[in-house]
Amino acid sequence: MAEESGGFAIHPMDQFIVRPLLGGDTVGMFTITNVTLWMTLTVIAVSLVLVVGSRGRALVPTRSQSIAEVLYSFVYKMVEDVAGHDGVKYFPYIMTLFMFILFSNLLGLLPWSFTTTSHIAVTAVLAAAVFITVTVLGFVLHGASFLKLFWITSAPLALRPILALIEVISYFVRPLSHSIRLAGNMMAGHAVVKVFAGFAGALGLFGVLPILAVTAVYGLELLVSVIQAYVFTILTCVYLRDALHPHH
Amino acid sequence: MAAEANSAAGMPQLEFATFPNQVLWLVLALVVLYLILSRIALPRIGSVLAERTGTIANDIAAAETFKLQAAEAEAAYHKALDDARAAAAKVVEEARAEIQKDLDVAIAKADSEIAARSAESERRIAEIRESANEAVTAVAKEATKDILAAFGVKADARSVTATVNARLKESAA
Repeated sequence: MAEESGGFAIHPMDQFIVRPLLGGDTVGMFTITNVTLWMTLTVIAVSLVLVVGSRGRALVPTRSQSIAEVLYSFVYKMVEDVAGHDGVKYFPYIMTLFMFILFSNLLGLLPWSFTTTSHIAVTAVLAAAVFITVTVLGFVLHGASFLKLFWITSAPLALRPILALIEVISYFVRPLSHSIRLAGNMMAGHAVVKVFAGFAGALGLFGVLPILAVTAVYGLELLVSVIQAYVFTILTCVYLRDALHPHH
Repeated sequence: MAAEANSAAGMPQLEFATFPNQVLWLVLALVVLYLILSRIALPRIGSVLAERTGTIANDIAAAETFKLQAAEAEAAYHKALDDARAAAAKVVEEARAEIQKDLDVAIAKADSEIAARSAESERRIAEIRESANEAVTAVAKEATKDILAAFGVKADARSVTATVNARLKESAA
């Protein structure tokens, strides 16, 4: 980008392009792409933290084991508090989601990296998986009475059909907001960093100002990465609670 | 590729041709990660945490037992100390009684010796006084006879003796 600075050409969205890694121009279903690379790195990083970190099984944990234990306890407590005690069965699934999103977000902050969670295709699959799981689970556990989730008995009778309509709409909007929230946050933050970085190249000596801005935004992005992983996970727990206990 | 992305409103996220690729790798990554976590990582960390909770509970229980034992040992120690103190007091008391007995015997012996000595002394003093009295009587009789002879009176020895004795008795009284 710097070599084009005279033309003030900033391409903040280029970082999100899915590219084949092993040559070729087309991206087919089985092409090894930068998506493959960064998802693999995410899986490796999570495994390093959770599997290699806990390798010692020490009674008094080492530093790396403490990190693994803190992450475990944090998500476990979240599932138990939000989804209830019978939600603990689904803890491995929720832990997988949390760790995958957290590490994808954080790895995406490395320079020249690719942020898989900034793609709506990825977050849509994550959200759809949660939505389908939770809906199927609700019907399997409670049968037709799962529909009482939309029939709010504490409201006056006249209002209940209207409320039911609103509840149904909000229920189906859930996966949409669930996925777009994550992808939007990741994409916007990275694009902003890139735009400021482009300014830095174009402004020469005054580039120090955009560099300060990039530093500040980077810190903010670090926060957003963690918070968005947390938000995605806790919303999953909330939806899970609805499926396990639909009668409010 | 970049040209295509730019043409699609500049959003590579809406490049639908890449969706199957992304979804495939995402699903694979999630399945692999789920297997790693649910088979290896989570059971291991869970068991370590459970083991730690158990160990801490056990250690606290053990500490409680040790505390009780320490209290017992302390009580036993104090009891032994008290016993020893009582035994020592008894020994001291016995020794004192023994010494007192010896002392009493010695005092009694000394007393009797003193009594004997003083009796002897009194007897001697009485003897001396007796002989002194006799001497005084004899001297008085002689003096009386001599005085009477000087006056030219032939004294009757018997009456002189009686008179002198009577006068001596008077002065002694």
